[in-house]
Parts: sequence; structure tokens; C-alpha cells
Amino acid sequence: LINCLIHFYKRDFVMSGTYYFVIVGHNDNPLFEVEFSSSGREVRKDDHRHLNQFIAHAALDLVDEHMLRTPNMYLKIVDKFNEWFVSAFVTASRQRFIMLHDLKNEDGIKSFFSEMYETYIKQVMNPFYSINTPIKSVHFEKKAQFYGRKFLTG
Amino acid sequence: MSRPATRLTDTKKVSGELFSLTYGALVAQIVKDYQSVEDVNKQLEKMGYNVGVRIIEDFLARTKEGKCADFRETAEKVQAAFKLYLNMSPTVTSWSAASDQFSLVFEANPIAEFVELPDNYADLQYSNILCGAIRGALEMVHIEVAAWFAQDNLKGDSVTELRVKFIRKVEDTVPAGDD
Repeated sequence: LINCLIHFYKRDFVMSGTYYFVIVGHNDNPLFEVEFSSSGREVRKDDHRHLNQFIAHAALDLVDEHMLRTPNMYLKIVDKFNEWFVSAFVTASRQRFIMLHDLKNEDGIKSFFSEMYETYIKQVMNPFYSINTPIKSVHFEKKAQFYGRKFLTG
Repeated sequence: MSRPATRLTDTKKVSGELFSLTYGALVAQIVKDYQSVEDVNKQLEKMGYNVGVRIIEDFLARTKEGKCADFRETAEKVQAAFKLYLNMSPTVTSWSAASDQFSLVFEANPIAEFVELPDNYADLQYSNILCGAIRGALEMVHIEVAAWFAQDNLKGDSVTELRVKFIRKVEDTVPAGDD
């Protein structure tokens, strides 16, 4: 019975292989959010979404500092909050890609950021999309899901 | 000042992406200016018409062929024009029984390369400028046609299909003014 309780406890609090990806606009507004979990169970967005947004938002200052100090777009891990690592990627137009993750998957995250950058560029080329507005495109979401499965959750 | 008889290469080429982006910015602006999608479609068609009545002269100067004997030859000329000006290679298909309607089928539409139509503009004929251009150009050679999109990649169809229908031969001279 105790093993069962511990198992349950772990399932709720220690989520291995969970990722939260957000694109943050110039006004610190989220343009696109998505979560991936390798455990395969349904990730209930509402439960953790507020915490994720808070962590990501808190990391923005650090991202901005890092961005000025390096010519690289991929900033690796910029912050840590409890068990969450915060990785960041900055585009040429200073849009910030933030990834919250509890596993150090540097190669996977770097590849995911690169592919999402390509996808973002195509989205921006759409004459009907205004920069710094939320991305609602089904095509964009599909790409995010695809690359998430490919590089993050496997 | 007379034009040289043949122009082997046109050195003033522009990047396809730049053209797509320019056209996209134009359509986005017209969409903002007009309230209804129908009006936008009409404007694009009108703009295309104005392009068509002018570009026909350039086309005839370059290709030097004579009059078309029938509508099928006209279709081939239109197909050649797409290749010449837009580097697009549509196939001519779906002839009607009376040989007065045909379709130009494009596998991909380069001017709409990065476009995704938002939900509220589902009825927008994004490439309507092409329909207008065909109508304007053929009107200048005294053929009245109607042109419209039967299928569109942007709306989820597998190909983009532009349908052209012969209406009549224009007997009186057409004034070369703007619409």
C-alpha cells in the first residue's frame, strides 16, 4: 500500500521528460504555448500552465541578459526553478523561445528550437500574420507536435 | 526609340520570394482597406485586368506569333505566358465539349507560397489578380472570357485550378483606358 502511495506521489510531482515550450513576444506576451510529456498520460494544461507561465516570465530578465552577452541564438540553460530547468533561444528579431524541462536534453532541445525557428520564419512570411500576435495556425501547431515527438519525448 | 528585335535574356530579374512577399503585403493591405471579402476579390480582379491589358503587348512583342486559329491555340498561348512571366508551368486540361472552356492546373502556386488564409477570409480569392490578367489580356486581342478559380491550394484542395471560359469575340474596338 505504501509503495502504491509513493508511486502515486511520484506520478503527480516528479514528471520525468516533461517539457513546456513558449514563444514570448516583445511585450512579454505569450505568442504560442505547448506542452509535451514522455510519460504518455494526458497533460492537464490548466493545472500547471499558470506555474509554467510564471517560471518562464521570471526567467525573461535572465534571457535578456544572456542574449546581450553572446552572439549565439541558442542560450542553453539560463535559469533553474526547483526541478525545472529553463533553456532559451533568441531569434534574429529578438523573439524569445523558452523551454521549461526537468531533464537535461540539450541536443534534443537545441534541435527542437532550430526546427521551430524555421517554422516560425515561415509563419512570419504569411502576409496575414502580424508579428507579436498569438499564433493560431493549425500548421504551426502540427509542426510543434511533430518536432516535440521527434526531439523531446521520442 | 525602337525596341531591339530579340531580347535574349532579361537581366532585370527579381527574386520570386520578394515578389510573393510584395503581393502578399498588397493583398493584406487591401483586405484591411475594404470591409467585405467580395470587394477585395473584385479589387484584385480589377488590378489584374489593368496588368493584363498592358502585358499583352509585351507578350506579343516577345513571341511574335500570329493570330490564334481557335480557342485551343489561345489556351496554349496563355500557358506560355505563365511560363514566361511567372516561371509557372500549368497544364491545360478539362476541355469542355464545345472547346470553349479549359482549365489551367497548377501543382503549386508560387505567389501564395507562405500564405495561410485566416478563417474569416475563407472566401478570399487570393490569386484573383491572375484571373483579371487573363481577362484583360485576352480582351485586348478581342476575345471576351471569364476566368475564375475552381480549386485553390489555400482552401485545402490538392491543386490550384484556374478555369477560363470563352464568352464571345469582341467586334468593336476596346478603349485602352483604365477600368
